[in-house]
Amino acid sequence: MARVTVATDVPVAVPDVRRPRRPGRLSELLEKQHVLAGVLLAPTLAILLLFIAYPFVLGIWLAVSDKVVGRPGNFVGLDNFRVNLNDSIFLRAFQNTFIYTFIATALKLALGMGAALLLNHHFRFKRIVRASMLLPWIVPTVLSTLAWQWMFDATFSVFNWVLMNVGIISDRILWLGDGVLAMGCLIAVNVWRGMPFFAITLLAGLQTVNPDLHEAAEIDGANAWQRFWRVTLPLIKPIMLVVVLFSMIATFADFQLIYVLTRGGPYSSTHVFGTYAYEIAMRAAKLGQGASISLFLFPFLLTVIVFQLWYIRKSD
Amino acid sequence: MATPKYGGRIKRVFTFHIPLTLMVGATLFPFYWMVITAIRPDSELYNVKSNPFFTLHPTIKHFQDLFELTMFAQWAWNTLFIATVSTGISLFCGLLAGYALARLEFRWAPGLGTLIFITYLVPPTLLFIPLGDVVKTFGLGDTPWAVILTYPTFLIPFCTWLLMGYFKTIPREIEDCARIDGASRIQTMVRISFPLAVPGILSAGIFAFTLSWNEFLYALVFLHSPQQKTIPIGVFTELVRGDVFYWGPLMAGALLGSIPVALVYSFFVEHYVTALTGAVKG
Repeated sequence: MARVTVATDVPVAVPDVRRPRRPGRLSELLEKQHVLAGVLLAPTLAILLLFIAYPFVLGIWLAVSDKVVGRPGNFVGLDNFRVNLNDSIFLRAFQNTFIYTFIATALKLALGMGAALLLNHHFRFKRIVRASMLLPWIVPTVLSTLAWQWMFDATFSVFNWVLMNVGIISDRILWLGDGVLAMGCLIAVNVWRGMPFFAITLLAGLQTVNPDLHEAAEIDGANAWQRFWRVTLPLIKPIMLVVVLFSMIATFADFQLIYVLTRGGPYSSTHVFGTYAYEIAMRAAKLGQGASISLFLFPFLLTVIVFQLWYIRKSD
Repeated sequence: MATPKYGGRIKRVFTFHIPLTLMVGATLFPFYWMVITAIRPDSELYNVKSNPFFTLHPTIKHFQDLFELTMFAQWAWNTLFIATVSTGISLFCGLLAGYALARLEFRWAPGLGTLIFITYLVPPTLLFIPLGDVVKTFGLGDTPWAVILTYPTFLIPFCTWLLMGYFKTIPREIEDCARIDGASRIQTMVRISFPLAVPGILSAGIFAFTLSWNEFLYALVFLHSPQQKTIPIGVFTELVRGDVFYWGPLMAGALLGSIPVALVYSFFVEHYVTALTGAVKG
């Protein structure tokens, strides 16, 4: 039988003895690969065009307009961006977004790597421990963040209760009452929530490392630390890099964790791009101004995407 | 790798058991806090003198309040409905698109694959303001369809990406056999390839379901009236009045809103982990 005809667009040359009736025009069309591909991709492309491509273009238009809720906008050029760059809260949010992203991602990587190395041991209850490790990642962030907010409560914080009863502090710490401390709390909660993602994906990477390599290195006199740096790390570098990029995008564009825990406060000192854009667009009803703020996410996003695509191409 | 020597065992306690215990403890403590807050009576919750770690007077009053004072049951139903339908739509689209990109040879395949990967990385924060306008234009504001139709923007790229990877792992020869036996392309796809992809579909489905159950920003922006809200939005907006937080019912709601995803997840841990790691490997 002519096997080669299968993978091409040429109508199958085999006599059609097994088909009871002659295929209609439609089914004949669907045998063509590009036609079938078009049909299969149509629903996806329709949704992505309508709800991603179109809003993206609309977002750019809003960012250069003075649109407010309930009134059509006019073109104002780069006015919104000029206003942003003279707004001290925006500049603080700009700075916060980068601080939040880089510190939280670094901590998630370090702790996630530690967790992955621990989970890579054999021990009893390993499956249960691994499953429960992912809980912070799978439950609704808003709900777990509310639990954290209660733990950071000004009066009833459990941390304060413990610290006071142990005798370390005599006055309550206002965890969310000071800009710098509140940013620290936000980073802590973000690390708590995002670390499992690092741990589990890095663990998957670790499990692909051939134990023989470790044995060989050990025989050659390498200690545990050297084996980690010289054997494990180079081998899991590709997956590590991808996880870091994914996490950086998500952290950079974070909204819910910060909005729930501090709402950008105290005194607008912990806003990031996402929360400040929401504040301006939804609470102050300035859609154009808000859109120009969230557009600031774009250059960073683009850089990461281009880097990631380049890296995928390179490793292919 | 267990060392029989005594010194080795001591070392293992410090390098393994203690860090692992600390890690698991830190991971689970906030959930313990949700539970204990949800069952402690107000008289203990708001008393700095009482030990906050346990209670001798557990109560279900916060749960009663939650159901009587808010529309929690309605939110739970909304969340389930929205998560199920948007997951269904996304799986349908992702399955077809993933198959096309993995199996069919056409000129735009690589370009479209890249494009869908890019949309996968677009965060909701970038688009929510113009998307609010689009939703309003279509008359979808404050209806479940506002989020059912917008969640697929981040679910479809993920499902497509994951299933495309899955289809690539299925040997082409199986399909070739069916084709030689006279099956059309569509028949081969539906009868041969889709059944083989069931584990991949399950992984993508579980992941998509938890993502839409947990979504916050779009639901917050698009849904306003109390009877339309999802659990994350309802608990956050209806149990906080100005500066007053109703911590008992809040934590009761947080607990009940977390349990369904935790249950779904616990039944399909392996599928979930496959999705999670597959999502980044591509």
